[in-house]
Amino acid sequence: MIERELVIIGGGPAGLSAAYGAYQNGVKDILIIERDSRLGGILNQCIHNGFGLHKFKEELTGPEYAQRYIDLIQQTDVEVKSDTMVLDLTKDKIIHCISSEDGYQTIKAKAIILAMGCRERTRGAICIPGSRCAGIYTAGAAQKYCNIDGYLVGKKVVILGSGDIGLIMARRMVLEGATVAADVELCPYSNGLNRNVVQCLNDFNIPLYLSHTVTDIVSDEKNGRVSKVIISKVDENRKPIPGTETEIECDTLLLSVGLIPENELSQNAEIEIDPRTKGPIVYDNLETSVEGIFACGNVLHVHDLVDFVSLEAEKAGKKVAEYLNEGEKYATLIKVENREQVGYTVPQYIRKVNLDNDTVQISFRVRSPMKNKRIVLESEGKEIASFPRLHLAPSEMENIKIKKSKLRDVAVLSVSIKEMQR
Amino acid sequence: MKELICISCPRGCHLKVDEKTLEVTGNSCPRGKIYGISEVTNPVRIITSTVKISGASSPRVSVKTDKPIAKNKMFEVMKLLDKVELKSPVNIGDIVLSNILGTDVNIVVTKKM
Repeated sequence: MIERELVIIGGGPAGLSAAYGAYQNGVKDILIIERDSRLGGILNQCIHNGFGLHKFKEELTGPEYAQRYIDLIQQTDVEVKSDTMVLDLTKDKIIHCISSEDGYQTIKAKAIILAMGCRERTRGAICIPGSRCAGIYTAGAAQKYCNIDGYLVGKKVVILGSGDIGLIMARRMVLEGATVAADVELCPYSNGLNRNVVQCLNDFNIPLYLSHTVTDIVSDEKNGRVSKVIISKVDENRKPIPGTETEIECDTLLLSVGLIPENELSQNAEIEIDPRTKGPIVYDNLETSVEGIFACGNVLHVHDLVDFVSLEAEKAGKKVAEYLNEGEKYATLIKVENREQVGYTVPQYIRKVNLDNDTVQISFRVRSPMKNKRIVLESEGKEIASFPRLHLAPSEMENIKIKKSKLRDVAVLSVSIKEMQR
Repeated sequence: MKELICISCPRGCHLKVDEKTLEVTGNSCPRGKIYGISEVTNPVRIITSTVKISGASSPRVSVKTDKPIAKNKMFEVMKLLDKVELKSPVNIGDIVLSNILGTDVNIVVTKKM
């Protein structure tokens, strides 16, 4: 069995940034395992611009953003095994992987960073009724066919869901010569970033049907491909309202209906998963419930900006360096709870160590769009800190920071959204 | 009167811009005014797409305009890209087409392949 100090599973934005963070903080023996032949993960097919505004203060395309980190990694001794699939991970930190070059290998690591990212929810995950015909793709699959392989998946398109990938693909398909008849969104608000609604739908006069969903898919019997979809209005409980059905002719339905962290390996290692994020439960140093296994990026919770993935992953790298140098720090825990309007929190637990120096970052999403509110941290009904916000939306992850010295006597820390004070 | 959603920040103010007087209402900050005026006078966009490449691991390589270009030129730009065929190796920033459509905008490669 091969022995390594740090193994990072996944060579996308999280894995690359985590490797760089760990290397910068003194870890010298680092291996990245990537199943694709190329580093950069999903950024390779995200050819649109808008990446890097926070991290590099300029607007980059996905491949350009990835290359910045690939170049940083190539200046280090970090080793990369590409075209290598991790088949299994155990709680004693043994990785089983396979590649055509090295065959089947087992690697024992002192520390592991999970950076496997997420994948798209499919038609099956949201149970759309109707014909099981050809012509139905997730938006990300259509993006890969278009931007990597050079195939346009359809000529007349309906998009279900207004997540960012769906919006980006609406513009992409139109630029490549298709028409996009409609974007249909279940919620009464868009689930993508504002700038994407403006630049991808409004620019091309693509109608956005809010509070609507696809209630039937009809296929052409001759070619076995979708010929139209039926959309219906939904009520406040998001149930279709009978009698509101409208037909839209199309040959393609793209789904942009959410992302799920890819945690099969985490579960094999018996890592505790949070049902709210569908990612591992972590402490404030991004360590999971299994000692020495850390998580960052979209495998931990789905981000909207890659810049925040990089920041989180660099931190995971730094915290792994601390773990490898100083060992595990056992301490009493502060439980972080999500209350009014807050969907989840990462981290879920804060360790009471380094109380004098450490600052904790708490990330979360709100449940609905709001204006002029405050994010409030409380313990036993007593307010500890408050952060005003002009604007809050489920499509935009919130990040707040608090000094650990303020949490000395706290056992349970609750995060909620409250009215502005007069 | 043109109605717009400001994209200068995540807040997304609903702007109303008078196309004649260029008066902007509904903005909460000066950036909204600047955005509103530029959107009705000369809206511009960065265009990103792909072109053919041979000798690389996949048949398409990503490209972009190196500066924003007038919004109404988007489809003309796409037409120009249809004819481009590159050979590997290419690097980020390599100029594929220069001064397109009588502007100072170039098409540059965005992926090392």
